[in-house]
Amino acid sequence: MTYDPEQEPYVALRTRALESLLIEKGLLTAEAVDEQISEFERDIGPLKGAKVVARAWVDPAFKARLLASGEAIAEVGLPSSNYLVVLENTPTDHHLVVCTLCSCYPWVVLGLPPTWYKSFAYRSRAVSEPRAVLREFGLELDESVTIHVWDSSAEMRYMVLPERPAGTEDLTEEELAALVTRDAMIGVAKVAAPDRPGAAAD
Amino acid sequence: MNGVHDLGGMHGFGQVVREEHEPLFHAAWEGHVAAINLLVRGAGYYNIDAFRHGIELMPPAEYLRSSYYERWLATVERNLAEQGLIGGDELEARVAFLREHPGANPPRAGSAPVPAPAAPPASPASPAPRFAAGEAIVARNVHPAGHTRLPRYVRGKRGVIHRAYWPQTFPDANAHGLGKQPQMLYSVRFTGRELWGDSAEPGQVVYLDLWDSYLDPAPA
Repeated sequence: MTYDPEQEPYVALRTRALESLLIEKGLLTAEAVDEQISEFERDIGPLKGAKVVARAWVDPAFKARLLASGEAIAEVGLPSSNYLVVLENTPTDHHLVVCTLCSCYPWVVLGLPPTWYKSFAYRSRAVSEPRAVLREFGLELDESVTIHVWDSSAEMRYMVLPERPAGTEDLTEEELAALVTRDAMIGVAKVAAPDRPGAAAD
Repeated sequence: MNGVHDLGGMHGFGQVVREEHEPLFHAAWEGHVAAINLLVRGAGYYNIDAFRHGIELMPPAEYLRSSYYERWLATVERNLAEQGLIGGDELEARVAFLREHPGANPPRAGSAPVPAPAAPPASPASPAPRFAAGEAIVARNVHPAGHTRLPRYVRGKRGVIHRAYWPQTFPDANAHGLGKQPQMLYSVRFTGRELWGDSAEPGQVVYLDLWDSYLDPAPA
């Protein structure tokens, strides 16, 4: 039996070779690797950010603390981080997050980033033609709206607090959280009201 | 370094393509690369800045051809080699062995004594911050050959200090094993017009997080 690239691509083989060397050298254990992978899989990703957003929508005092410091996410049971900055979208100001140099992303509230966020197209264009990029996401903003693009060039991490959609006054915090999408917290979408088509789509 | 990773404002990459119902990892090896990196870096064998710089040092064509986790694998390999944790052709030999013995069961744990991570040199105290919120600055027109987090598209451009954060590890030093050398980090605001001239879209501002020594006071 010899190596079959159909069965295992070269990069997978190389990763396995590296891992086996590191285990032999005592720098890793197979158990620790498995545990770390399970941790990635258990991570509820953007649901964490959605909880933060829903709380901010129903609790103005929490929202004020959150906008003053990302440390406030501890109040919804997330690990407190003063490296997190929350940006509030309004009818006149729209925020959008990118990392042009690599793929920095607010893991603490959104989990691992989607591939498009890490793509060369998004990284190159979000800072120079954000309106064109947003249009590709189906979001057309009026020319009177200021677009604030945040290029995450250091360890500070940015998350967008989207606008609460109209017609959601009667919803509970939990129901509101279910409306919030990852894309809205990056700033490439708005949160749609529940009775509109595609409202819960990500 | 003026590398291909510094993508802000480049043309030619096309539309942003989205994947419906994207899985966490597209193949099992991706999760392994992510886990290996978090564990080995977490143990202090290399830092986040050296990790990023290792990706930037990929030959440009290779960088562009590689997927996200292929780039991670490349920098993990580079950093482990630089730390002397994986020597010479050790990895190539293991790849060749596994090629020939696809059924081989690698060990679950090692027996060799584990080398301690190298301690970075101590850093001087952070210099006094030179700027305050509201002040006008110019991002320096510099082209360091090593790691930097000052993208080309803002060099030489005028901006305003939006907010002063607190002194943070200086990546240009930390990536090269020179210690943290913290200095003040600022959120700096640039107008779209300043960055992109007539090509700017209406009503656009861009914020970057920039360290004190990336900046000069704006001439009056």
